[in-house]
Amino acid sequence: MTRRLFAPMLAVAAVMFAIAPVLIARAPYESTMGLVQKIFYFHVPAGIVMFAAALVCGISSALFLARGRLEHDRRALAAGELTVIFGTIMLVTGPLWARKAWGVWWQWEARLTSTLVLTLIFVAYLLLRRYGGPGSERLGAVLAVFGMVNVPFVYWSVNVWRTMHPRTTVVPTLDPSMRPAFWWCMVAFFVLFGGLLTLRVRLEEQRAALDRLWLAREEAEVRS
Amino acid sequence: MADAPGSLSSFARVAAAIVRKDAAIEMRGRELVYTTLFFAVACVLVFSFGLVEQGRAPRGVSAGILWIAIAFSGTLALGRTFDRERTSATLPVLLLAPADRPAVYVGKLAGIVALMLTVEVAVVPLVSLFFGAPFWQAPFHFAGLLLTGTVGFAAVGTLFAAMLVGTRGRDVLLPILLYPITVPVIIAGVRGTAAVLEGADALPMARAWLAMLGFFDVVFVTLALWTFESAVTE
Repeated sequence: MTRRLFAPMLAVAAVMFAIAPVLIARAPYESTMGLVQKIFYFHVPAGIVMFAAALVCGISSALFLARGRLEHDRRALAAGELTVIFGTIMLVTGPLWARKAWGVWWQWEARLTSTLVLTLIFVAYLLLRRYGGPGSERLGAVLAVFGMVNVPFVYWSVNVWRTMHPRTTVVPTLDPSMRPAFWWCMVAFFVLFGGLLTLRVRLEEQRAALDRLWLAREEAEVRS
Repeated sequence: MADAPGSLSSFARVAAAIVRKDAAIEMRGRELVYTTLFFAVACVLVFSFGLVEQGRAPRGVSAGILWIAIAFSGTLALGRTFDRERTSATLPVLLLAPADRPAVYVGKLAGIVALMLTVEVAVVPLVSLFFGAPFWQAPFHFAGLLLTGTVGFAAVGTLFAAMLVGTRGRDVLLPILLYPITVPVIIAGVRGTAAVLEGADALPMARAWLAMLGFFDVVFVTLALWTFESAVTE
């Protein structure tokens, strides 16, 4: 029943994203970066949703390893794919912003490197699920658990180096006039994430149901 | 012979038995040790040719080269160790034995760590010689970094190599899975070693990296112990 929620969720997300540019245009310019800073309204929510997706994948994988129920595995696969998608969005919007704001396309510091490594871990997850052959659901689950645990470690180890990236205090100290646009985009991204996750899980369930039907039909043919 | 199943002493006995078995097999031909060692040396050589300009290497590359050689030869050692298990079909037998599965993991881990440390004993002087890197400035810090870094890398590697034993495409999948996950270990190892090379002023930094590596080791080994059973069961 909850599976059908994907349609209204995606509709809401579409409406929110249609309105978002208006809010972003109305938000004031940031003092040092001007227009370029406005990519922040998509870049940061994409990043937070990416970490949320990685967390969902890791927790679902842990549940799958502990309890063995396929619904956890399907959710883990869907969340893994979404991690890669939102990670890619971050890794594209980030350098675009960095080039204009800092003058370089890439900088080896905490946030960027963590995002790159996390995206790579989940690309590896998808490769394992796709090419690992039978039984790769469990193997992928183990990898996803390690990947999730690694998130703070990668961040922590890289953070000891000097960093150019804005510190985490940006969001709490955000100017009040920028907040509506920011939180609107944040909610929009989360609704999009929820809708896509639900849709993808439903796709996996229908695929499994189709496989069962095929098998049942073949069995019936063999018997008759 | 009357250890209670699940007790610490039976765990230790199983792990020790596995280490003894692997050591006995290895001692007969020493194939793994020699070939992995040579591979590590070849790695260092290739990096030398790639990075040395006008007879000198850029500053600070020696720490990176050392750890890359360790990571690459470690991956090779992991693959070959479990290939041996696969061709003799001994892993299912090990898992069928009435022993704690995590004890099997610890036994294999100890064997891999021993192999990697053996290789490092030879590679460290080589890197030190080729790049003029005085690793001996802080011997305890350096040894600690090598040990904790090796254990961290091997902890994740042993788990992944064991779980990929029966999988199609395992040879290329192992590095794909292993390198992103061990990024924190490699970063901490390289930065810690670089701090050791910088001299006495940077030793507190080296200690910080060493502490971080210790923490990673505890978390990775614990996580591996929890998931080993599910990972290798069909």
